Amino acid sequence: MSENKEIIFKVQNLRTWFPITKGAFKKVVGHVKAVDDVSLEVYKGETLGIVGESGCGKSTFGKTLMMLERATGGQVLFNYDGEFRDITKFNKDEMFDFRKKVQMVFQDPYSALNPQKKIYTSFEEPLVVHGMKDQAQREARMQEVLKMVNIQPDYLMRYPHEFSGGQRQRLCIARALEVMPEVLICDEPVSALDVSIQAQVLNLMKDIQKELNLTYLFIAHDLSVVQYMSDRIVVMYLGKIVEVADSRALYDEPLHPYTRALLSAIPVPDIHNTKKRQVLEGEVPSPIHKPSGCAFHNRCPHCMEICKQVDPTLAVQNPENGHMVACHLYAEQQKKLQEEQAAASQA
Amino acid sequence: MDNKEIILDVENLNTTFISDRKKIRIVKNVSFQLKRGTALAVVGESGCGKSVTMNSIMRFLGKNAIVEADKIQYNALRDGKVTEYRLENIEKPHGPEMRALRGPEMSMVFQDPMSSLNPVYKVGDQVAEGLLQHNKGMTKAQAREKVLEMFRKLGIPDPEERIDCYPHQFSGGMKQRVVIAIAMICNPELIICDEPTTALDVTIQAQIMELLKEMQLKDGKSIILITHNMGLVAEMADEVCVMYMGRVVEFGSLEDVFDHTSHPYTQALLRSVPVLGLADGQKLETIPGATPNPADLKGGCEFADRCPYATDACREKDIPMFQLSPGHRVRCLRYSEYPVVGSGEAEVAEVQ
Amino acid sequence: MSETKTLSIKEQNKSAASSLMKKNIRKFLRNKLAVFGLVVIVIMTVACVAGMILGVDYSTPNPTIMRAAPDAAHIFGTDTIGRDLFARVLYGGCYSIFIGVFCAVLSSVVGAILGAIAGYFGRWVDTVIVRISEIFLAFPQLVLVMMLVAILNKRSMGNMLFVFVVTGWMTTFRMVRNEFMSLKGETYVKVCEAFGMSRANVMFKQILPNVMTPIIVSTTTNVAYFILQEAALSFIGLGVADSTPTWGNILNAAKSIQVVQNQWWIWVFPGLAISLFVLAINFFGDGLRDVLDAKQQ
Repeated sequence: MSENKEIIFKVQNLRTWFPITKGAFKKVVGHVKAVDDVSLEVYKGETLGIVGESGCGKSTFGKTLMMLERATGGQVLFNYDGEFRDITKFNKDEMFDFRKKVQMVFQDPYSALNPQKKIYTSFEEPLVVHGMKDQAQREARMQEVLKMVNIQPDYLMRYPHEFSGGQRQRLCIARALEVMPEVLICDEPVSALDVSIQAQVLNLMKDIQKELNLTYLFIAHDLSVVQYMSDRIVVMYLGKIVEVADSRALYDEPLHPYTRALLSAIPVPDIHNTKKRQVLEGEVPSPIHKPSGCAFHNRCPHCMEICKQVDPTLAVQNPENGHMVACHLYAEQQKKLQEEQAAASQA
Repeated sequence: MDNKEIILDVENLNTTFISDRKKIRIVKNVSFQLKRGTALAVVGESGCGKSVTMNSIMRFLGKNAIVEADKIQYNALRDGKVTEYRLENIEKPHGPEMRALRGPEMSMVFQDPMSSLNPVYKVGDQVAEGLLQHNKGMTKAQAREKVLEMFRKLGIPDPEERIDCYPHQFSGGMKQRVVIAIAMICNPELIICDEPTTALDVTIQAQIMELLKEMQLKDGKSIILITHNMGLVAEMADEVCVMYMGRVVEFGSLEDVFDHTSHPYTQALLRSVPVLGLADGQKLETIPGATPNPADLKGGCEFADRCPYATDACREKDIPMFQLSPGHRVRCLRYSEYPVVGSGEAEVAEVQ
Repeated sequence: MSETKTLSIKEQNKSAASSLMKKNIRKFLRNKLAVFGLVVIVIMTVACVAGMILGVDYSTPNPTIMRAAPDAAHIFGTDTIGRDLFARVLYGGCYSIFIGVFCAVLSSVVGAILGAIAGYFGRWVDTVIVRISEIFLAFPQLVLVMMLVAILNKRSMGNMLFVFVVTGWMTTFRMVRNEFMSLKGETYVKVCEAFGMSRANVMFKQILPNVMTPIIVSTTTNVAYFILQEAALSFIGLGVADSTPTWGNILNAAKSIQVVQNQWWIWVFPGLAISLFVLAINFFGDGLRDVLDAKQQ
């Protein structure tokens, strides 16, 4: 697929490690490698889904892109009207300006709104902080975003506990849109909601994206939801990316054994589906004591000797649709592909 | 169907909560039967009363709840003989009669494994507690053996070491296995699972569901699974009970409910779930509006305000249950030409 | 047109806010003990302040009526050097109540600010402030008071207030610190950080309002605590000098068994005043907590 799409985020070898300290003097004895050497490109206007189970680092990854967590290493380049700047090196002012470009929608709608404050106040604050001094202007913007999420403006004077879960999440989305961001990072935005309300919020998000030409980073553990929302999907395991593919391609042709197990584990509401479920043995290892070599090797049904020692690299498997995978099963094919491409570009 | 085949028979269960001098009926005339050795899924979204129903049956509710029913009958089968227990007549929910049933006959697996286990006691002690409670002659050593056996059965690795560990040393999936061990240790026949895997990862959920399915098929246990995940229902259940705002709106076999979906709420629910492999551009259907506050409900069908087929008749009086086919019933006026359940006609239709 | 719209939004605001307040007031009024507490507090405070404003004579010794039992002229009797006890109790009430309220409020403010900083920033800032609080905790209040009295050779109100605040801020500090440590992980805090709100703003405008309830409740009980502390110190002679009456130092006179046995009015009335006021504060504080906590639910 020819990519003439503009890149908005270029992540290179990102690492977010949390130190583990022991004793009164806080000696560092190890690290929780939440995000471990991740490289990725996000295209403008797309919805990139990031999926994985607990401990895979997807939430930390989203927060690092927002600079709510400090990166330990690597670079995160953001596209400022054609110029790529590394946000990990930003000073306070640049960071403040960046906050207008990238906003986040959090998982828990019940704690995302300050319970002591009226919605009006919670909505006013971001605008005041970013310098909108005129009250009439602020109120106009508030009404604008509320209309986008189908909430009446006179609900502004209510407290959060007067709203249902779905309404609260819509309010959070509206608040994130107030500063007119280009990218919305959504960290499990619908997991805390009922099934029928999830559908409402997801459809709303799709409509808003079309209207405002937003880029979404959609982080969730529910692959069905991620697949519904995303154009491309990234599968993470223990801090690393194991597979990247178009939404449809991931479902039709999952390459990584973990992706296959994940797809197989999802219960499908179809009683005539007689596929045999592949139940994965064991548990996700702790991100503190990662296994050597491929992080998945102790649960992988296709584990080979090399998997125990060498960590596979993420490389292109199918150049036509950009399908990438990090697995020794495909290492040879990928190497051949790279050699062919290198030869072709030299010729 | 006789008492050997039916392990739990609930008829017209009503649970009312008293709050602030106001009475609110949360569970309204719920009736269902659970066949021995089968799995029943109770489906609905938050606020539909599924948890309250099960807690009412197990008599877990406090003094501010009034539980009334024509029948909550549990049929215990021992050595080929059936003993009937009428749970609605047991006056003291925490008295010796109920406590004798909870554990050896009926048990419950709760939703959140993090808070189901007491953090200050060893896991082995928590599992053994129930065993020692119901087997007065058993020694601690014997109990420990049984616990180890259960751990092995449930797939907990290194049971001899894990038995002396504390809950915080376990992962989410392992904790839930321990909770299941506590529920199973006295070998009950009926297990009620209240959203047992909501807090767990998908691959761990698959493991736990496999475990429960094995217990049902191999050990002949009867399972009630409370969930809002239609995928789990399709995989686990033999029969499905759909609830909305405290009422059973549809009840039937898995095929009945999935292939011959009748109630508009069930239809909407099935269509609003994102399914893998949806065609591109296909949008999820949504149910307009939100679940109403139970205190605000007026008469008639609770779903009328959100139903695409609602008529004036729907808002007038309570909707009766209509029998569509043997074992499949629905509470919706669109099927009013079918016989009403409870009237003689319905029984006749079933026998045929 | 937007002008009228914005006005009406704010107007609606007033009616919604007032109905919530009315509901809370009604809930408070249903708690009989709390209302009793509030009434007693108000009556006693007003009486004492009135006494001070009207200039009751609390300091003129009158040798002719020393140790006189209560009668029509002196309804509480007179003390060991003939001063009218009723006037002294009224006047002393002003000072005792002032000491209680001032120290409670100031120690809460100090404790809250330090607790917010320690809880929010964590790491070395937290460690340093916690160590400081532990050093202060180690200091017995008594020793500090005696040191100050010895150094300054004066038993003044100012000294006592200073000592009280310096030895009393740690309980509020610990509570606020713990609340901040748990609340700083709340989603709405992350949201504010995400749109660039300054840290001071986050601490004091976002998190602190959520901690107000326990602070208010603990401040009211601290009022009672400080009044009792003052009484205790005065009883051992380290409180405010005798010329300024406080409930505590009136009690000071009751150190002799002779007074306790024969002039019961000298210690019963101030003792009753302290007990009644402290009890009322506790009832009121309980009632407040019930009302404020429910709002948070």
